[in-house]
Amino acid sequence: MTSLMPFDDVLAAYDPALGLEVHVELNTASKMFCGCPAVFGGEPNAGVCPTCLGLPGAMPVVNGKAVESAIRIGLALNCDIAEWCRFARKNYFYPDMPKNFQTSQYDEPIAFDGYMDVDVDGETYRVEIERAHMEEDTGKSLHVGGATGRIHGADHSLVDYNRAGIPLIEIVTRPILGAGERAPEVAKAYVAQLRELIVALGVSEARMDQGNLRADVNLSLSPKGSGTLDSPKLGTRTETKNVNSFRSVERAVRFEMQRHAAILSGGGSILQETRHWHEDTGITTSGRVKSDAEDYRYFPEPDLVPVAPSREWVEELRGTLPENPTVRRARLQAEWGFSDLEMRDTIGAGALGLVIETIAEGAAPQAARKWWLGELARRSNEDGVDLVDLPITPAQVARIQALVDEKVVNDKLARQVFEGVLAGEGTPDEVVEKRGLAVVSDDGALGAAVDKAIAANPDVADKIRDGKVAAAGALIGAVMKEMRGQADAGRVRELILEKLS
Amino acid sequence: MSEITRSTAATLAEGLAAGDHTSVQLTEAHLDRIDAVDGAVHAFLQVDRDGALADAAESDARRARGEARGPLDGVPIAVKDVLATKGLATTCGSKILEGWIPPYDATVVSRLREAGLPILGKTNMDEFAMGSSTEHSAYGPTRNPWDLDRIPGGSGGGSAAAVAAFEAPLAIGTDTGGSIRQPGAVTGTVGVKPTYGGVSRYGLVALANSLDQAGPVTRTVLDAAMLHDVIGGHDPRDSTSIQQEWPSFTEAARAGSVGDMSGVKVGVITELAGEGWQAGVMARFQESVDLLVRAGAEVVEVSCPSFVHALATYYLILPAEASSNLAKFDAMRYGLRVTPDGDPSAEEVMRATRDAGFGDEVKRRIILGTYALSSGYYDAYYGQAQKIRTLISRDFDAAFAGVDVLVSPTAPTTAFRLGEKLDDPMAMYLNDLATIPANLAGVPGISVPNGLADEDGLPSGFQVLAPALADDRVYRVGAALEALHADQWGGPLLDRAPGLETK
Repeated sequence: MTSLMPFDDVLAAYDPALGLEVHVELNTASKMFCGCPAVFGGEPNAGVCPTCLGLPGAMPVVNGKAVESAIRIGLALNCDIAEWCRFARKNYFYPDMPKNFQTSQYDEPIAFDGYMDVDVDGETYRVEIERAHMEEDTGKSLHVGGATGRIHGADHSLVDYNRAGIPLIEIVTRPILGAGERAPEVAKAYVAQLRELIVALGVSEARMDQGNLRADVNLSLSPKGSGTLDSPKLGTRTETKNVNSFRSVERAVRFEMQRHAAILSGGGSILQETRHWHEDTGITTSGRVKSDAEDYRYFPEPDLVPVAPSREWVEELRGTLPENPTVRRARLQAEWGFSDLEMRDTIGAGALGLVIETIAEGAAPQAARKWWLGELARRSNEDGVDLVDLPITPAQVARIQALVDEKVVNDKLARQVFEGVLAGEGTPDEVVEKRGLAVVSDDGALGAAVDKAIAANPDVADKIRDGKVAAAGALIGAVMKEMRGQADAGRVRELILEKLS
Repeated sequence: MSEITRSTAATLAEGLAAGDHTSVQLTEAHLDRIDAVDGAVHAFLQVDRDGALADAAESDARRARGEARGPLDGVPIAVKDVLATKGLATTCGSKILEGWIPPYDATVVSRLREAGLPILGKTNMDEFAMGSSTEHSAYGPTRNPWDLDRIPGGSGGGSAAAVAAFEAPLAIGTDTGGSIRQPGAVTGTVGVKPTYGGVSRYGLVALANSLDQAGPVTRTVLDAAMLHDVIGGHDPRDSTSIQQEWPSFTEAARAGSVGDMSGVKVGVITELAGEGWQAGVMARFQESVDLLVRAGAEVVEVSCPSFVHALATYYLILPAEASSNLAKFDAMRYGLRVTPDGDPSAEEVMRATRDAGFGDEVKRRIILGTYALSSGYYDAYYGQAQKIRTLISRDFDAAFAGVDVLVSPTAPTTAFRLGEKLDDPMAMYLNDLATIPANLAGVPGISVPNGLADEDGLPSGFQVLAPALADDRVYRVGAALEALHADQWGGPLLDRAPGLETK
């Protein structure tokens, strides 16, 4: 069992340094270096050609759309765009890598020296971006026959090269210092805000659960006060790979901080290594030892010519950027009439994009916020998944609100509609239909139930006849119970008052 | 030997156009010649009799309909086994690719097919084009038709020997440091390395991507030019392919064959002579220079001081690129797979396969390249080599500011005996001393037959180099020298080659 130090004790003794590497899978039509469809999934090894299979003699050609997306991401992250840069080969052997080198970028990234201002509970942290570079994805190994799906214990392995060559942009931060106790939240907020930016740019589907956005979390601790922000003394780091949800980013940082601290305080030292994140148990385990001396023997890819985006093109692309996130948030808050707290909670929950889309689908801002931060936030916590990964779309949320507005269901029944949609029972309308959730406002059916309630509660009826209208509540309750909640409460009240006046 | 197999490709093309013979007849004649002599020469790793004859029949049918696709439609050709041929095994002379049948054609190959040239088969080569003798082929060496105990040059010894032994009128070679030109020199044939980017590399199994270039292997300069016109030109699948319209090299060769060199300024490279250069090779070279002068050329001596570092530079850049290119041969998707006993991991299968599948020279260069790219050594080796490479390009630029073409002997010696240098890699590497600078700078070069050395009666070659993009100059000057030689010798050099025993 891994020993951990209580979180507050960690902060009393150590300063954390964070670093995040995020891989963004672009949504280009074709792969990075060939014409194959850039769609992972489908029949294994159907979307491949000599180039992405690494057949002898095949050659790469750069996807211009991927370069455009890389530049737009770089610009949105306030980066400089290289006037001239090259691809490089990263050499290492791995069965799912067709050429046994990855065509990537090394010391000449397309974008570099940027930043992103990240909001955490109203405070702004500036995360410096070291670089954003282009590369290709690898194939995917499937280990068959073992209990865990991991290579250890597997009987044999299969490789699907459909993913090989799909364009990726890797975005690397500089060490994030000074976040202190907020380090886990800063990490989460950075990834969430980066995702929001990628979605606004329209360059990726950006679904973490689908692996379109993959985060590697670097963390190290140094004794408190041992360095300054200007000249930090960084401890030995670990790199936790493929942390694939916002909340997992936060949890992984917290876990590694506690794990490092327990080791360091016991006089031990941190092993520089990659670590696996386990979503189910919320812990990391040792992966492969990774020293700085690991040698990828990078050299410029001789089969490709340099990428030299003209300044005119870069400026043209700058003109296509979405609104600056800070300005945009202020504008949206004003448009929606949200309080500071409401806005902060919306952002903190990673719900901003979802609320935007729900409003775009026709819901009122407060209603959109209410559902995402209420019913759905509760479900995401219970299920341990991010809001975006819940099996419900903003359009469906907007539709449920429309059903409320049209009085087809009331708020209480709406919750059952959410439950049905999340359970995969169909669209909101189908759930209402299948579960028979539509409220009854038909006077015939309601009238009979009201008569029954009056007959069963003669005392209450008398009070109402005497003008104590407030007592109607008890009869309404009885009717609702009779109708299993599916009655239009307003109409029931009217009917009671009519009959007892 | 039939009249057909002794003819040049240009003559065969004229005969096809005139209806004197059919493509099937030409193809059969060459297939028969292969049957007769290749047991001794071993120029071919694979002969595709059925495929070639089917292509020939289609060509004849096209021509009968009046739809011939170009001058060489129907003239058969041999292709070095380093180019991917759809449906036809491609081994690169290595055991690790034994039996691999590519699902696609290299661009050069698809252009040959589009132009209607039947493909006779795939020619032998040093494994992955590493070598200067074709002795490093995993399938046994090719022998020099001039003397079967001698090497045909390399790495493209198979293509050169096929053409020299009249087994094919045309062949495709590839030249990374001289693998077209040096075999041309030692077999008395013509070989051209085009400007880097002039011929698509798509489907050419890379040795060193920044140096490799495919080109013609023929018996005459005109044939080489006609073949270059077929295979050259921009290819969107090769990002390093040059986007420009090229002049007709056939026209350039025809213009040069008049033999008039007046107005042409020729530079003799000082550094490509001296110790280690065979006297007979140098004597023939000097005579040819004198011939050019008599034909009106202005000849000057030009120094390219950085060329003395070319060999060292080449043997850093080439292994570095090759070590990475050859990583893909790992038994996971194609080719040889060696599975060690027990319950081996994928890594253990890779290791066993690469150990069994690669020959010693390939392993030597993988180790050299891996070392040169290693962190801590990169700057001192690969990085430094790239700087010298720039200096060599500058030497060419400075030289070509004063002359139209540069000339040298193609190789320092005539063909050596099989086995003579096999255990001395450095001696083997020195064969490419004169050809390597052109690859490092990307400039075009030709080797034309240059007579026989007095000591051993074996062929030597004359190399002409031109600035990048000026491939037409190597054809013009090469054709001129060829014409001057023909006048002097009273016929082609290959007429003096001893006849091969046929079976």
